[in-house]
Amino acid sequence: MSVTPVLDIGQSEASLRRFLHGLPGVDEVGAKARAARLGTRSIKTSAKAYALDLTIRMIDLTTLEGADTPGKVKALCAKGRHPGDDAPPVAAICVYGDMVPSAAEALAGSGIHIAAVATAFPSGRAPREVKLADTKAAVAAGADEIDMVIDRGAFLSGRYGQVFEEIVAVKEACGDAHLKVILETGELVTFDNVRRASWLAMLAGADFIKTSTGKVSPAATLPVTLVMLEACRDFRDTHGRQVGMKPAGGIRTAKDAIKYLVMVNEITGPDWLDPDWFRFGASSLLNDVLLQRRKMATGHYAGSDHVTLD
Amino acid sequence: MTFEYAPAPESRNVVALKNSYGLFINGEFTDGSGVFKTVNPADEEVLAEVAEAGAADVDRAVSAARTAFEQVWGPMPGRERGKYLFRIARILQERAREFAVLESLDNGKPIRETRDIDLPLVAAHFFYYAGWADKLSYAGLGAARPLGVAGQVIPWNFPLLMLAWKIAPALATGNTVVLKPAETTPLSALLFAEVCQQAELPPGVVNIVTGAGETGRALVAHPGIDKVAFTGSTDVGREIAKAVAGSSKRLTLELGGKAANIVFDDAPVDQAVEGIVDGIFFNQGHVCCAGSRLLVQESVADEVLAALRRRMATLRVGDPLDKNTDVGAINSSAQLTKIQELAAAGEEEGAERWSPPCELPDRGYWFVPTLFTGVSQAHRIAREEIFGPVLSVLTFRTPAEAVEKANNTPYGLSAGIWTEKGSRILWMAEKLRAGVVWANTFNQFDPASPFGGYKESGYGREGGRHGLEAYVR
Amino acid sequence: MSRLTVRKTYKLYIGGAFPRSESGRTFPVTDSEGAFVANVARASRKDVRDAVVAASKASAGWAARTGYNRGQILYRAAEMLEARRSEFGADVDAAIDRWVFYAGWADKYAQVVGATNPVSGPYLNLSTPEPTGVVGVFAPTGSPLLGLVSVVAPVITTGNTCVVVATDPVAAITLAEVLATSDLPGGVVNVLTGDAAELGSWLAAHEEVRGIDLTGASPEQAAEWEGLAAGTLKRVRRPDPAEDWAADPALSRLTTFTETKTVWHPVGI
Repeated sequence: MSVTPVLDIGQSEASLRRFLHGLPGVDEVGAKARAARLGTRSIKTSAKAYALDLTIRMIDLTTLEGADTPGKVKALCAKGRHPGDDAPPVAAICVYGDMVPSAAEALAGSGIHIAAVATAFPSGRAPREVKLADTKAAVAAGADEIDMVIDRGAFLSGRYGQVFEEIVAVKEACGDAHLKVILETGELVTFDNVRRASWLAMLAGADFIKTSTGKVSPAATLPVTLVMLEACRDFRDTHGRQVGMKPAGGIRTAKDAIKYLVMVNEITGPDWLDPDWFRFGASSLLNDVLLQRRKMATGHYAGSDHVTLD
Repeated sequence: MTFEYAPAPESRNVVALKNSYGLFINGEFTDGSGVFKTVNPADEEVLAEVAEAGAADVDRAVSAARTAFEQVWGPMPGRERGKYLFRIARILQERAREFAVLESLDNGKPIRETRDIDLPLVAAHFFYYAGWADKLSYAGLGAARPLGVAGQVIPWNFPLLMLAWKIAPALATGNTVVLKPAETTPLSALLFAEVCQQAELPPGVVNIVTGAGETGRALVAHPGIDKVAFTGSTDVGREIAKAVAGSSKRLTLELGGKAANIVFDDAPVDQAVEGIVDGIFFNQGHVCCAGSRLLVQESVADEVLAALRRRMATLRVGDPLDKNTDVGAINSSAQLTKIQELAAAGEEEGAERWSPPCELPDRGYWFVPTLFTGVSQAHRIAREEIFGPVLSVLTFRTPAEAVEKANNTPYGLSAGIWTEKGSRILWMAEKLRAGVVWANTFNQFDPASPFGGYKESGYGREGGRHGLEAYVR
Repeated sequence: MSRLTVRKTYKLYIGGAFPRSESGRTFPVTDSEGAFVANVARASRKDVRDAVVAASKASAGWAARTGYNRGQILYRAAEMLEARRSEFGADVDAAIDRWVFYAGWADKYAQVVGATNPVSGPYLNLSTPEPTGVVGVFAPTGSPLLGLVSVVAPVITTGNTCVVVATDPVAAITLAEVLATSDLPGGVVNVLTGDAAELGSWLAAHEEVRGIDLTGASPEQAAEWEGLAAGTLKRVRRPDPAEDWAADPALSRLTTFTETKTVWHPVGI
């Protein structure tokens, strides 16, 4: 891959298309086999203890329900600050935009980030002005991270320029807030699409690329994360900027989380093994990690009543 | 702080190693004419003493096989034979962990491979051929009568898998066997003998004679066998082909290789890099079909090699029983010496040598994964089978040049093609003179898939319906 | 005054041409009554060398023909043989029918011996037969034309090229003349006449030869030549004294000199 200035690539539909379609293809079977093999790494004792705490520190503890209330969000924030058993706090609390004030209040002084989903999450089907207003409102309310969704319809119909411009516009609306760009890989279906969308998002200025909304199945998988991590790695190699990665949805066990960390370790390398560069979008994952932590500390299997609900 | 994987050793307790092992003849373990030691190549510790079969022992084994063929196994209906093989397949699945650990101990290969590749394939091979036993008349091979007694000599790189490749089709077709495992890796074959006992396989149907080259020669030359099946080096293959010339013994040979793994500029690069790594570092490169010559299109050579070097730096070399080990020990000191000599020749002839930083254990036989660039067809490391974790990189400009270079070898076992262009894959696959062509993948094996070489990589096929042909008339 | 007949010169058939032996040697051939028929070329080891070069040169092109095309050419050979049937002996009709038999195989044997293999994974896995390359053929004795056709036709049907050491020079060279006028590319079949005992070891040991058919060799010759063939691990077909040329040929006549190539490809989106 040659180094082409970002602006030149994004200059026109045609140049974007040429660039994205010039990326090396991804063989689905080979990518899955690689991910599966990384999944056979055996992480024990000191390595496991390290991985469990790192996992907690990387969690964007999430609630994205129609039934969310300030009470629910505040309880989640309390859990994120003090997961229990002297575990470290999580990286961020991820909520809908209207819940940001509740989160901001509950997290004051904690250093935990407030992530808001925006841009007509999860479908992304709204006029551009609505998406930008959504973003600005969340930032104004105190969100310092915005999780946007790309326009999958535009992407799948080949209107890459439209997707690109929208990300640029949302990034601008974010101001100082970090922008995570959700590709919704479950709707992009092919790994070739995932690789192209990853590059498109990074070229347009994403601080993070994220697999899924959690509302579409499949959400995060190891193979799709592999393809996106490869894109992050190659993008830094050719463009000099490091972009973070966030698999979200479907990661529920400590065992799975550790497989992701192994993948980060061996695909992008340890530069990404930090909450600044890798996050898990998850809710139930935290408690499973806490149970595993207890098991390691006590030497016997832990019971769910010894960790808090939220 | 970095993410250091703590040691994750597989327990040795699942294997009850004996101090000494006998020959397996006529359903029983017996003494041989001498003994030899087998060592763990990862630490040079002696694992056990093993009986060495002399000519008289081979003779006993052949007579036992003959009697079993004539009185029990030959006349037995195929469906009954098949059920024995199904039993064996199941026992192998049940005892897979035990076999995996033993194989890693005796061979030096990583437990991840014995556990995830060797053992599943071994059981699958018996399962596959079990099903053929009562269907031979449907196989399109005429009367498909058994040949009689098969003398089988196998190598040390996949001890149990090669045993399965030899024994399963031979037994399914009604032959009985005398099998000689390699002298550095006899233990899994002797544990397999126990499986035969557990399966209540009639005595004499499978006989295992351990020993070195002399034992193999005695077996191949024995007038009482009807068939010789050999997997190993091309030089020994030649010797065997000469030895059976003029006899009525049937012969199949699966010999060496110097496969080209060809990467085009439109390849799926990340998967191609995996295929290159898997092609040459799988099983420490002790693989006859290893992709030991990387032919990369000049226009993407730098990019591919950079990615390859980065990937090689993540290979974990060390304790074969650690579940996170990717590359284990070299099987023997003799093999290590051979690899070292050829690698030295590569440097002397002007190729550029590179290996990732890598700490090797103090004891045992080790060779760090190695890459040679600037290699040309004339270099020894581009022509001779190294049978170790050493990759020779050459470049090409056009598909025709790639084919020419790939085929420019007396070998013809396997080849790899990496390109996303369908018509080019098919064109290349047609032109490459190799028995197995992997396109956008490498080192895949399956009991249903015929395996074997062109030219001096041998003749005959193992696996699939084609694999039956070697054992019937 | 009766007309003096124009005699035919029987030479070798190499690379589509009819050269004399490089050695300049000939030997006389007589008919069943002992009357002189012709001086026939007695090939030398250098003729073996030249014939192998010709066969090797023709190899890639012949192998690349479609089965249909090879079948057409083989059928054409049968037509030409039919047209000249008066020049051959009693076995000519069976020999013609054998050409026709193999002509029909050219685009079918791959379907009979090839396979789609149901591997346990997301891969398409196909096995197809491919020609071995240059094959040395020792034609059988006692069946001048039918025997010769029965060993040569299957070898070239599957895309190999061959160097044939003939036993009946007149039948063999006349057949060569048929082939030379049958659209068969030069070098696909090369015919050497002379003493098999003198030529056999050179052919069996030649590194460019990938297979040998010892059908016409004596047991002692077969053992010796098989041993020499082991030097480059040639595919060897041993003689079978019981082989009946009138019977339907075994499939192994076609498959002995083919290589099974198995191609894997992932199946994914």
